[in-house]
Amino acid sequence: MLTLDHVGKTYPNGVRALDGITLDVKPAEIVAIVGGSGCGKSTLLRAISGLDTPSQGRILLDGEVVTQPHEKIGMIFQEPRLLPWLTVADNVSFGLEHRPKREREGLAAAALVRVGLTDKAKMWPRELSGGQAQRVAIARALVPQPEVLLLDEPFSALDAFTRADLQDHLLDLWADLRPILILVTHDVDEAVVLADRIMVMRPQPGRIYEEIVSDLPRPRDRQSAAFDFVKRRVLAALDRSLAKAATIDDTQTKSSEGAALWW
Amino acid sequence: MTATAGPATAEQKQRKSGLGRFTGPALGLLLPLVLAAGWELAVRAGWSNGRLVPPPSRVYEEFAELASTGELQRHVVATLLRVVAGFGLGTLVGTLLGALAGYSTLVRRLIDPSLQGLRAVPSIAWIPLFILWLGIFETSKVALIAVGVFFPIYLGVMGAVMSVDRKIVEVGRLFRLSGIGMVRRILLPAVLPAYVIALRSGLGLGWMFVIAAEFMGASEGLGYLLIDGQQLGKTTEIIAAIVAFAVLGKLTDWLIVLITAPFLRWEDRVRTATVED
Repeated sequence: MLTLDHVGKTYPNGVRALDGITLDVKPAEIVAIVGGSGCGKSTLLRAISGLDTPSQGRILLDGEVVTQPHEKIGMIFQEPRLLPWLTVADNVSFGLEHRPKREREGLAAAALVRVGLTDKAKMWPRELSGGQAQRVAIARALVPQPEVLLLDEPFSALDAFTRADLQDHLLDLWADLRPILILVTHDVDEAVVLADRIMVMRPQPGRIYEEIVSDLPRPRDRQSAAFDFVKRRVLAALDRSLAKAATIDDTQTKSSEGAALWW
Repeated sequence: MTATAGPATAEQKQRKSGLGRFTGPALGLLLPLVLAAGWELAVRAGWSNGRLVPPPSRVYEEFAELASTGELQRHVVATLLRVVAGFGLGTLVGTLLGALAGYSTLVRRLIDPSLQGLRAVPSIAWIPLFILWLGIFETSKVALIAVGVFFPIYLGVMGAVMSVDRKIVEVGRLFRLSGIGMVRRILLPAVLPAYVIALRSGLGLGWMFVIAAEFMGASEGLGYLLIDGQQLGKTTEIIAAIVAFAVLGKLTDWLIVLITAPFLRWEDRVRTATVED
């Protein structure tokens, strides 16, 4: 159970990036966070990861306050962030340094099998394609078996085919360990495909504006009418969240057609 | 890049570029050999008397003579020892201060302006002071070389530490590396490529300053051979010493590249064949 208790973040220059974020996430739940740029999505994720500390409120994992990176919380960034001086296999086992060598190698090999990159184990990161590198990053984050996996726009740098492929892949991997997934994304389709709950944020300061529960059956059909319905609800909520924040009011003239172009 | 690239691609590419393990270095010898042969020919044909610029055969004879009496070895060893000592000292202090200045803003603010000021002083300007402080023997020579080696290494290490990618450091933080773990597993490998370059430019300056040091009065060393050759009008001796410098400089530089190459195989470079140069 991951609990955000009135989490706020004020930067030293006085900018309030987050304000009063309260959220309970049950084990194995997948939560997507969407919102316009600058609404504090990434700040929120960095606070949960322990890379940054919130200036107000608390973040609790199973009742324990998170103030710095936690062994039960993993994170995947927009870029793979592999260490270029380690082979693919060594990158995957990077977080297992304290385990015996043989166990480390076994776990890394098993993780590479799961992401389908066994034949790349001895290669350097520079020899991988963007999608492969991101799969290695996913394997690296999953190998220590986290209870919470944070994903900060993990597939946004990839082409549409690779992205859809990795989304399905991520769900397969999630099904093995069933960690909490918290996914920050720009891509409404991605949020609807993956999430049980979609939190729409609004900026200045970053707050949760609307919560949309999606109980679509899995695996989800991106073409179905029910999928489209949820997607429209998310887009409408996004549009409203931005309209409220906008000072120059050109948002009123936005048609529902324009809603899909909000970013 | 395609997804199917195997681990053998890099080697294959290298082979395809036409330069094998030995033809590459051999190509580098082509220019000096042609020049030497041309000059030899010019002297033999009588176009030049070869007094001011002795032909290769006479330089070789000079080498052979110096080597047979043990002179050459004595001078080479003396110079080499000075470079090694000065380079070691300069590297040690440069690495230490460079790492501290790169790591801590406070240390950088404290020491960097002064060091940059000192760097602006031509290092030869230290010679009179070093002689007065440290005497005319080995200590002052080693100190001068160390000063020359210090600056490129200090600058290189500081720059490298400062430019370590924050994103990579965050990966280390996420996996809760300790301070030592962060240095060993993230910072050291990240700065290594820049460090090797700093070492090589430091070594180059070390060879430069050893001559300056030996010019200020030495009874042995390649710099002494140069002065001796000038005073006695022995151009062959001067050229022999210059050739010895070229060979030693290249060999020691190659040694650094050779030793560090296994740790830098991961680098994403256009060419990966530096060792063979």
